[in-house]
Amino acid sequence: MAKYLLLKHYRGAPASVNDVPMDQWTPEEFAAHVQYMQDFAARLEDTGEFVDEQALSPEGTFVRYDGEGRPPVTDGPFAETKDLIAGWMVIDVETYERALELAAELSAAPGAGGKPIHEWLEIRPFYGAAPTITE
Amino acid sequence: MDEALLRALTPAVTGILVRRGADFAAAEDAVQEALVEALRVWPDDPPRDPEGWLVTVAWRKFLDAARADTSRRHREVRVEAEPVPGPGETADDTLQLYFMCAHPSLAPASAVALTLRAVGGLTTRQIAQAYLVPEATMAQRISRAKRTVSSVRFNQPGDVATVLRVLYLVFNEGYSGDVDLAAEAIRLTRQLAAMISHEEVAGLLALMLLHHARRPARTGPDGRLVPLAEQDRSRWNTRMIAEGVDVLQAALARDRLGEFQAQAAIAALHADARTAAETDWTQIVEWYDELVRLTDNPVARLNRAVAVGEADGPRAGLAALAALDPALPRHTAAAAYLHERDGDAVTAARLYAEAARSAPNLPERDHLTRQAARLNAQLRG
Repeated sequence: MAKYLLLKHYRGAPASVNDVPMDQWTPEEFAAHVQYMQDFAARLEDTGEFVDEQALSPEGTFVRYDGEGRPPVTDGPFAETKDLIAGWMVIDVETYERALELAAELSAAPGAGGKPIHEWLEIRPFYGAAPTITE
Repeated sequence: MDEALLRALTPAVTGILVRRGADFAAAEDAVQEALVEALRVWPDDPPRDPEGWLVTVAWRKFLDAARADTSRRHREVRVEAEPVPGPGETADDTLQLYFMCAHPSLAPASAVALTLRAVGGLTTRQIAQAYLVPEATMAQRISRAKRTVSSVRFNQPGDVATVLRVLYLVFNEGYSGDVDLAAEAIRLTRQLAAMISHEEVAGLLALMLLHHARRPARTGPDGRLVPLAEQDRSRWNTRMIAEGVDVLQAALARDRLGEFQAQAAIAALHADARTAAETDWTQIVEWYDELVRLTDNPVARLNRAVAVGEADGPRAGLAALAALDPALPRHTAAAAYLHERDGDAVTAARLYAEAARSAPNLPERDHLTRQAARLNAQLRG
């Protein structure tokens, strides 16, 4: 098994096919979308492939060390930041092909007009454990 | 409390329940519940007869579940009697469990999870922790696996090769959490070797012992990967090596070579060298030839090329490597190593950095990055 991160972006991914912002959806469209996401996670748990799911607030701050005895420096948020992560799902699957299949399924969540959003998701493999036998 | 004893008893208890008429899935669930209860109760109140205790509790759990199930479906409980299990059948039952849990209809990860639970006596929580997934996910993986094998007859003869593949996966995929999966794989393989006389079971056991013996030397104090050539060989477990060599020699004497025996033979040749320089690379190349003949595995070919580089010089190794698909995992890392041995530090540094970018795990990535950094520092002079 290998773990993959399915990353959802507020900004930074190419535009979706059905690219209508959520605040323009009808309540029914919104409810259908939420239901789809819940069903998807439940199905993954049932197949034994679900690991984690989290959503992030779009409001973030940059922070860095500023030297001994000094408070951390904060800055931002920056309007020009290209990449803004909205959330993720972590899956544990048998093959890369299976990971792609699940990502595509997630990307098909319904949006405006009840039609699939065709949202671009970023898929990133986790580093696994080092094998014992290598020679 | 003796958790090792608890685990060792698990498959026998499941076997007893199955022989009393429980189907495999229900028996396995009942035993798991009994295990969880034992972990809770035994520390304060250890039983005088642990196996008897487990059988009694598991059988009660099974009957409770069967009754609940029956009242739901308005059917009669058919298994109520408690026939006394016949003597001497326990080993066969345990063997059947191995075959069942490694059934070819299961995906590898499912077979691994089911084996660790039903044969290994680990709890779902422990298995989930070891593989870094939520307990609910692991529970589902196991229950789906049981549904998949539910139509398999318990007394059907199984295929040893599938069992060995599962045990190899448990051993090789590293370990995390409270459970040492490598040690667990050795225990299960040892138990299997005690039940059936099979040269490849012995071969796999030898392979595991010979690699496990090196474990203390494989990582540095900071967690870094220490390559075989740089390991402090005084930290190898000599008793485990001796056992591995004995097991391997007995297997090889049967003259039915298989891939695990060949791999163990390579590991034994490494174990036999007091220093890296004393390694008998010529013999190792011969064993890789056998391995390639047996498996035609591209990874074996890659490792063979590296061994050729040691036996006949880096140019010969690079020539062997050139015949292989460059997309093979660790191909670039092997090329980097051989170029460095050939005195071409510039190419080696570039290839190490490239290999680091496509490394499959963090320890290897860091190792390759350090190699690149070391050569780049040398080149800057």
